[in-house]
Amino acid sequence: MKIQEAVTFEGDLNRDFLGEIRTRSGCHEIDLCIQCGTCSSACPCAAFMDYTPRKIISMIKNGFKEETLKSYTPWLCASCYSCQVRCPSEIKITDVMYAVKRMAVEEKVFPARFSIPSMDKAMHEILTTFGRSSEVWLMLNMALKTRKPMPLLKMIPLGIGLMKTGRMSIKLETIKQRKQLRRLLKAVKEEENND
Amino acid sequence: MIDYVYYPGCSVKSSAKHYEESILPVFRELGVNLKEIEDWNCCGATATPSVDKSKTSALNGRILALAEKEGEVLLAPCAACYLSLKKSHLFLTGGSKDAQKILDALKKQGLEYKGGIQVKHPLEILTREIGLKKIKDRVMRRLTGLRVASYYGCQIVRPYADFDDPENPIIMDDVMAALGAEPVDYSAKTRCCGGALTANIDAVGIELNYLLLKEAKRKQTDVFVTLCPLCLFNLEISQNKVIKEYKQDLHTPVLFFSQLMGLAFGLSKESMGFQRSLIPLDAMWKKIESGENNE
Repeated sequence: MKIQEAVTFEGDLNRDFLGEIRTRSGCHEIDLCIQCGTCSSACPCAAFMDYTPRKIISMIKNGFKEETLKSYTPWLCASCYSCQVRCPSEIKITDVMYAVKRMAVEEKVFPARFSIPSMDKAMHEILTTFGRSSEVWLMLNMALKTRKPMPLLKMIPLGIGLMKTGRMSIKLETIKQRKQLRRLLKAVKEEENND
Repeated sequence: MIDYVYYPGCSVKSSAKHYEESILPVFRELGVNLKEIEDWNCCGATATPSVDKSKTSALNGRILALAEKEGEVLLAPCAACYLSLKKSHLFLTGGSKDAQKILDALKKQGLEYKGGIQVKHPLEILTREIGLKKIKDRVMRRLTGLRVASYYGCQIVRPYADFDDPENPIIMDDVMAALGAEPVDYSAKTRCCGGALTANIDAVGIELNYLLLKEAKRKQTDVFVTLCPLCLFNLEISQNKVIKEYKQDLHTPVLFFSQLMGLAFGLSKESMGFQRSLIPLDAMWKKIESGENNE
């Protein structure tokens, strides 16, 4: 009989995870979490999450790195900051969620075909290239990333409504100084790696 | 005329065109000129901080540096731009080693940022600098009897709450009262619309917006006003889905506060972009007319 591991043993946990999230989010208050659950009760999206915000904080503090980075929770954070303004320990929970998302993207363990990370990555690509966002191009880029054409097709009636009211165009928007932006972003990355 | 530096952001140039169309003339009527930053780039909103922090700071740093060449106060009407710029300003002026690296990179591209920008929302200028009295004096067409729910959403009041309460702001209600409208005591005024989630995940969008629409209907709301392009967009696009799911007539038009200001100032409907609403406005026009007849 093969014994299946139903729990995570302490030896499997990542002891550096808390420190990394602390540095990346700039939020040192995470150490002060008392697990009161105010964040989860304030969160308008908690009902849709696989782990509530309170659990995510606890998972970070205890080194559940893999589970945290693969979770849908940070991608279901709408950045409304309700948890953050109510947290009695003043933990910048929204910033912690951003830090988790960035780390998941870097380590390529985010839910890849889920629409939200695809949208964030598509937006990031468009903005760092053209400096401006263009809705139609964003949606096309997203569809390629998720490899799901249906959401795009479902948007067509809305797109027509927006075009009729002059609220959408298919033009690719761009800043004039694209070269300056490219040099700036390159320099920022070089500086960052110079540690 | 007083000049302020103005950062439009991507939304007011596309899906929220009627925000810019109304806010610029309304401010001009009150003696304020909004000067658009030359060759501005997007702020990244909630998307780029989820992917790359230093690039996000650089994108916002570029905007702040360009703004600093033009003045001291930067007005951002979109809630996401407002927060993104404010957050980046605080980070860049916070004195950390990481911030210094971004500032150095900016400087090398001729984009020095000395930290002299105050990021503000137009509502802050309307109520704190111009004042409600001046707005009231300018009203030519009182919006008597029109029940308006002011919907603030998230990012304008949270996390910083610089000019109003993070849970119960009243700044927009005050402006609506100055126009002669009837502010609705709207309990969901700072509940989240779902932000970027709403257009992508129906389950989230329907649930969150159902609450917003239901509360508005319960208080006999004629129209929502908002200050955020994404709040307006989400409230508009989710109405049909919510109504289909919950089988209740919850149709309520959504406008920018500046559109109703323009209307009250006697500016034309077309110039204020009322024709851009995705929700029919007939019931609202009737209410406004009947209010005028009863005056």
